[in-house]
Amino acid sequence: MAQYHQFDALVIGAGGSGLMSALYASKSVNTAVISKLYPTRSHTGAAQGGISAALGNMEPDKWEWHAYDTIKGGDFLCDQDAVDILCKEAIHAVIDLEHMGLPFDRTPDGKISQRRFGGHTNNETKKPVMRACHAADRTGHMILQTLYQQCIKNNVRFFDEFQMVDMITVDGACRGIVAVELNTGELHVFHAKAVMLATGGFGKVWKITSNAHSLTGDGPAIILRKSLPLEDMEFYQFHPTGIYKMGILLSEAARGEGAVFINDKGERFMERYAPTMKDLASRDVCSRSIYKEVRAGNGIGGKDYVYLDFRPDRINKYLEADGSSRRVDAEYIETRLPDIIEFVRVYMGIDPITEPVPIQPTAHYAMGGIPTDLDARVLADEKGTVVEGLYAAGEAACVSVHGANRLGTNSLVDLIVYGRRGGIHMAEYAKQVDFKLIGDDAHKAAEDTLNAIRNNAGSEHPGQIRKELQMHMDEHVGVFRTQEKLEEALEEIHRLKERYRHIHIDDKGRRWNTDLMEAWELGCLLDLAEVTAVSALAREESRGGHYREDFPNRDDQNFLKHTMVWSDNRITYKPVRIGRYQPTERKY
Amino acid sequence: MKVHLKIKRFNPEKDKKPYWGEYDIEADEGDRVLDALQTVKWTIDGTLNFRRSCAHGICGSDAVRINGRNVLACKLLIRDAVKNGQITVEPILGLPLIKDLIVDMEPFFAHYRAVMPYLINDTDPGERERLQSPEERARYDDTTKCILCACCTTSCPSFWARGEYVGPAAIVQAHRFIFDSRDEGAAQRLQVLAEPDGVWRCRTIFNCTEVCPRDIQVTKAIGEVKRALITGKLD
Repeated sequence: MAQYHQFDALVIGAGGSGLMSALYASKSVNTAVISKLYPTRSHTGAAQGGISAALGNMEPDKWEWHAYDTIKGGDFLCDQDAVDILCKEAIHAVIDLEHMGLPFDRTPDGKISQRRFGGHTNNETKKPVMRACHAADRTGHMILQTLYQQCIKNNVRFFDEFQMVDMITVDGACRGIVAVELNTGELHVFHAKAVMLATGGFGKVWKITSNAHSLTGDGPAIILRKSLPLEDMEFYQFHPTGIYKMGILLSEAARGEGAVFINDKGERFMERYAPTMKDLASRDVCSRSIYKEVRAGNGIGGKDYVYLDFRPDRINKYLEADGSSRRVDAEYIETRLPDIIEFVRVYMGIDPITEPVPIQPTAHYAMGGIPTDLDARVLADEKGTVVEGLYAAGEAACVSVHGANRLGTNSLVDLIVYGRRGGIHMAEYAKQVDFKLIGDDAHKAAEDTLNAIRNNAGSEHPGQIRKELQMHMDEHVGVFRTQEKLEEALEEIHRLKERYRHIHIDDKGRRWNTDLMEAWELGCLLDLAEVTAVSALAREESRGGHYREDFPNRDDQNFLKHTMVWSDNRITYKPVRIGRYQPTERKY
Repeated sequence: MKVHLKIKRFNPEKDKKPYWGEYDIEADEGDRVLDALQTVKWTIDGTLNFRRSCAHGICGSDAVRINGRNVLACKLLIRDAVKNGQITVEPILGLPLIKDLIVDMEPFFAHYRAVMPYLINDTDPGERERLQSPEERARYDDTTKCILCACCTTSCPSFWARGEYVGPAAIVQAHRFIFDSRDEGAAQRLQVLAEPDGVWRCRTIFNCTEVCPRDIQVTKAIGEVKRALITGKLD
């Protein structure tokens, strides 16, 4: 038997978008948040550099410039109406966070301080603009803490360490979810009028990743299993600055403060790839440039990494070369980037103030995900049919504001703007409708799935399958892709999926059975890896984060459109909503 | 290198009391202790349970006691943890044990909620941000770094002796708001912290400060709250 609960609005996931939507929904309807982690453990807390909004606190800025930068950064695959909302509402959203108590860093006159970030420009001068509002290099931590604090203040109901394993749909409408209470192993049925999937990303599909162990794409995977599509799954961002071999993120804020990439010859190679924006070109451009250097034999010691150099004297040398009068010293760098400096000291055992830091691109962020409309309502197909009662926001969703490549800081903007819109809409919806019936056996499918894993007597080990999956994805579905590599990856994924049917787990118990939950999550990763490779194979062009060596150019004639992929590997496309900005060649 | 791991095990569905599980693994000296725990779970014994998420010291999930000292398992490297080829890992103390390295965090979060850990200010802030000078912002910077991992509270002998004591983490959270120039709830929070299970249970033992993985000056923050209670001033 399963325990039964009923809420008007139910939010799955307690990161930035989940908490923001819960906060707004709970203002008017009975709301609960279900999270497989304690809310403050969510990966929003790992976001470092900033949240962009055209406040203009430091220098002139306009939300329209932010919008254009976002669209250009996304290689013109963004839906421009969604981007307009993002950038316009970002201003109010950041002020809203400040009013909630977020401890932003301040300007001398007490306003929110802002700094430069990759791809964010003054559209007139084309130079980097100070747009990223920050709290040292722990902006995400502060957002997560602030939103959780507000949820406590507003008595939002939390079910901590409850993990969603199924969604309840009747006649194509969402009516709730099924979750495992980790502490007891019991199943709970949550009956709801509206459900928000805010489950975050799925970076654990790759080995070298900035993502947390918990980022296994549970929400998007469940969408696939309900015969609903995912959008633009081939667009995955590899962040250029992960700590070598570990993938731990070093914020782009380092380059915003003046750090540069250096190859084995000591060259600032980004000058060749992006003459204007240089080291602050968009992330996809930087990651490809790093690997081009590595391929040309310019990796450090001939290996597969380069340096990120934020030694103050080097930063000053390049500031001078760029004609800037700004200068930095060790104290300034330590104050602006305390956490990432500590990461380097702890995990690499070197001091970035005196030594350059070995970095390599790291799997970071899904531009694609669960398709939604401008109110975060989930879409069932390329025609825009709405799934009643179902919402998605944050990295799990694809609205699409990031297009083919997300600009730094825009993930946090997305969480707050679309989390809020979704929360407001789901409350309005819940007030207008009654609870619709669900069956007594709503938990049955989840129970069967978990029992099948628990009781399976195969010889395969989930840990081994996960390891092989991540290895193949790093090798074949990374920064550079070809038809051959993608086909090979798909074959391997199919083999791994077959082996997954024959796994066994060691833990047969009920309470805190993470052996069981990790095996279930592996199923999600396999499904998401498959549709990622399928979508990438079908897109025979290069755009943003998706780079096909066999089709190195952007092809607007044939591919200025969003991919929709289903679990049976079927693909359809839908047009991009273009607004003020016609696609042009992207140069930094 | 070869590492011998001694991990405190307990399965409430089977065991009457905790026991030591012993495992020999191969690890790089630059690996995190968390990686070693994952190696045991993924290659030797899938029944081993522990909390983990970000794996780089930000989420606060994996506070454990390694060689008798509270740390985040993802923030201590093998080379710094190995003593005579061995590492011992136990759950943090003072909270009810659930399974293996997992303890019940609810009492910890109840103390957190008790100090009203949110901005209290009912005045209309207007259309733009409230102003705060860089100096005012710096006043409470240190305590904004807290990730609620519980390393401090569960290393505190006063907390071990009396679980009703709000503990260092809750006081750190209170400090973050008491000294925020935008906040108007200091009096309410100080009232809570003046109770018998408030700040005065702190005996300035400094365990909290020594173990904080975010390098927060915890004892200093507690001292500042004590001083505010005595002087009635927030400076």
